[in-house]
Amino acid sequence: MISGLFAAYVLPITMLVEREFVRFFRQRSRVVGALAQPVIFWVLFGAGLRGAFQMKSANGGDVSFQEYFLPGAALMIVLFTSIFSSISVIQDRNEGFLQGVLASPVPRLSLVLGKLCGGALLALTQAMLFLWSAPLLQYVGLAPEMPMGFSGVQSLAMMGVLFLTGMGMAGLGFLFAWKIDSVQGFHGVMSVLLMPMWLLSGAFFPPSGSRWLSWVVSVNPLSYGLSALRHVIGQGVTDSLPSLPVSLLVSSLFAASCVSLGVWMTRRPTGA
Amino acid sequence: MQVLPAITIDSVAHRYGERMALNDLSFAVQSGEIFGLLGPNGGGKTTLFKLLTTLMPLQSGRLSVAGFDVRSQPDEVRRSIGVTFQSPSVDVKLTVRENIVYQGRLYGLSGATLRDRVAEQMERFQIADRASDIVQTLSGGLKRRVEIAKSLLHRPPVLLLDEPSTGLDPGARFDLWRAIQKLRAESGVTVLVTTHMMEEAEKCDRLAILDRGQLVAIGTPDELRSGIGGDCITIQAYDAERAGTLVQRIQKSHQITPQLLNSQLRIEAPEGAHLVHTLTSEYSDEIRSITLGKPTLEDVFIRATGHQFWEDEAGAPALRKPGDRR
Repeated sequence: MISGLFAAYVLPITMLVEREFVRFFRQRSRVVGALAQPVIFWVLFGAGLRGAFQMKSANGGDVSFQEYFLPGAALMIVLFTSIFSSISVIQDRNEGFLQGVLASPVPRLSLVLGKLCGGALLALTQAMLFLWSAPLLQYVGLAPEMPMGFSGVQSLAMMGVLFLTGMGMAGLGFLFAWKIDSVQGFHGVMSVLLMPMWLLSGAFFPPSGSRWLSWVVSVNPLSYGLSALRHVIGQGVTDSLPSLPVSLLVSSLFAASCVSLGVWMTRRPTGA
Repeated sequence: MQVLPAITIDSVAHRYGERMALNDLSFAVQSGEIFGLLGPNGGGKTTLFKLLTTLMPLQSGRLSVAGFDVRSQPDEVRRSIGVTFQSPSVDVKLTVRENIVYQGRLYGLSGATLRDRVAEQMERFQIADRASDIVQTLSGGLKRRVEIAKSLLHRPPVLLLDEPSTGLDPGARFDLWRAIQKLRAESGVTVLVTTHMMEEAEKCDRLAILDRGQLVAIGTPDELRSGIGGDCITIQAYDAERAGTLVQRIQKSHQITPQLLNSQLRIEAPEGAHLVHTLTSEYSDEIRSITLGKPTLEDVFIRATGHQFWEDEAGAPALRKPGDRR
C-alpha cells in the first residue's frame, strides 16, 4: 500500500519537480531574467511613482510606494513563473515528452501535481530570494527606508502563501496550456487574462479608486493571494483588505479547483 | 505449453467523424516475434498505435496487449509496454542519464534497482560513454537509442516502435535494427514496429500490410512475395492515355492483363525475361522504360490494393475531408 503510493505519486511528482528545476537552472538567461526583472521593476516604479502615492500605515506613519509594491513585485515573480510553467506544458507536448508520460502508468493526478508543484516551488524560491534581498537596496539608495528582515515563522508563512498562490496561478495557466497547441497562442491568454489579473489584484495600486475597480479586485482570486501575503509580511494595515483566514480560504479553494479541473481535463481522451 | 499471443486485435474499428481510420481489423502478434506494420501514411498505422498505447479510447472491437484488455485494464497495459513514439519523447535539455533515470521514476523504480537497470540499458545500447551529455547535442541515431533504452527500463514484455527510423541515416538505421534484433534474441521481447519503408519491413519476422484502415495482407516477407508468381515487369509508358491503349494491345496479343497505375503497367509473369524481350521488340515506340525484377514487398502492396504505395497521400482526397485530423 505505502510502497504503491510511493511509486505512483511520490516518485513521479518529485521527478517532475526536479526536472522543472534542472531545466530552469540550465537556462542561464532565465535565471538572470527571473531575478533581475522584478528588482528592476520594483526600483523603477518605486522611484517613478514615489511622489504620486500616499498611504498611511496603522500607526500613522507614511508608507512609501516601494514598500507597498514589495509583495506585488513578489507576486509578479509568481505570475511570470506560472506563465513559464504553462508554456513548458505546451513545449512538453510539442517535444513529445508529455506523450511518454501519458503512455506510462502514472496517475493523471501525479502528472498535474508534479507539473504545478514544479512551477509553484520555483516561484516560491525566486520570490523568497527577492523578498529577503530587495529591502537591502535601501542601503545603496535605491529604495526608501523600510523595515528589514523577517522572522523564521514569518518566512515559513510567506512560503506557504507563495506556494498556495503559485499552485493556483500555475493551475490556471495549465488549464489553458492543455488546450492550446502553440506557445504563440498562449501569449493571448497571458496578455488578456494573466497580466490583467496581476494588475487588478491590488499588487500595483490600491483598489480604492472606483467602485467597479474594487468590485473587479474582489472577484479576482489573485487578490486573495496578495492580501494573504500582505498579512503575513506585516502589511495587513492597508485599507479594506480581506482578512487572513478569508484570503487563505479563497486561495486554497482556487488552487484546489484548478488542480481538480486539470486532472479532469487530462483524464479526458486526447482525441485524434 | 501454449504461448499466448502478445497482441490480439479483434474486429477493431475506429473513425474520425466520417472517415474510417481502421475498418474491422483483426490479427495477432505472437510472443517473441518482430512484427512489422507496413502501410502508407494515412493507412491506419498511427491510429492503431495510439489505441495500443492507450492514448486514444477504443471505439469498437477488442484489443489486448500482453494478455490485458486495453479497455478494462489500461494501467496493466501501460505497465506491459515500452513505447517509442515517432516524435521523440526524450527531453533534449536533459542529459542522457537524467532522461533514463526520470523515465524509471515514472514507472516507480528507485534506489539500487533503478541504478542497476539504468546501467544495464545504457550498456546494451552503448550510450554509457555519453551519459552526461545533453541530449540536444546527440546525433539522431543516438537520440533514438536513448529513447529505446528508456522505454525498456521497466522490462516490458512488449515493445512498440512507431516509425523508429524516421530521420535516421542508413548507417544509424542499420545499427538500430541490429540493436532491436539483439534485444529480441537476448530477452525475448515482442516487438511491434510500424514503418513505411520496404527495406525495414524486410527485416521483420512477419508483416501486416495496412491500407486505408484495412488489413490487405499478412505473413512473412517471403510468404508475401511468393504469393506473386515468378517475376515482375514494370513498364513506364509516355502518358496515361497511351498506357491505356498499350494495356489493351498487350491483352489482345498475349492474353495477359497488365495492372494499370497512371502511366505505369505492371505484369506478373513466370518467364519474365522472355516476355520483356518480346514486349520491347513489339512495342518499342510505346515504352519509355521497362524493368524486370523479383517481386518486392512493394509489388505485394500494389497487387493487394491496386494502387501505388505513395499514391495515397495525394491520391485519395475523397477519403479525407478538410476538417478531419489524422
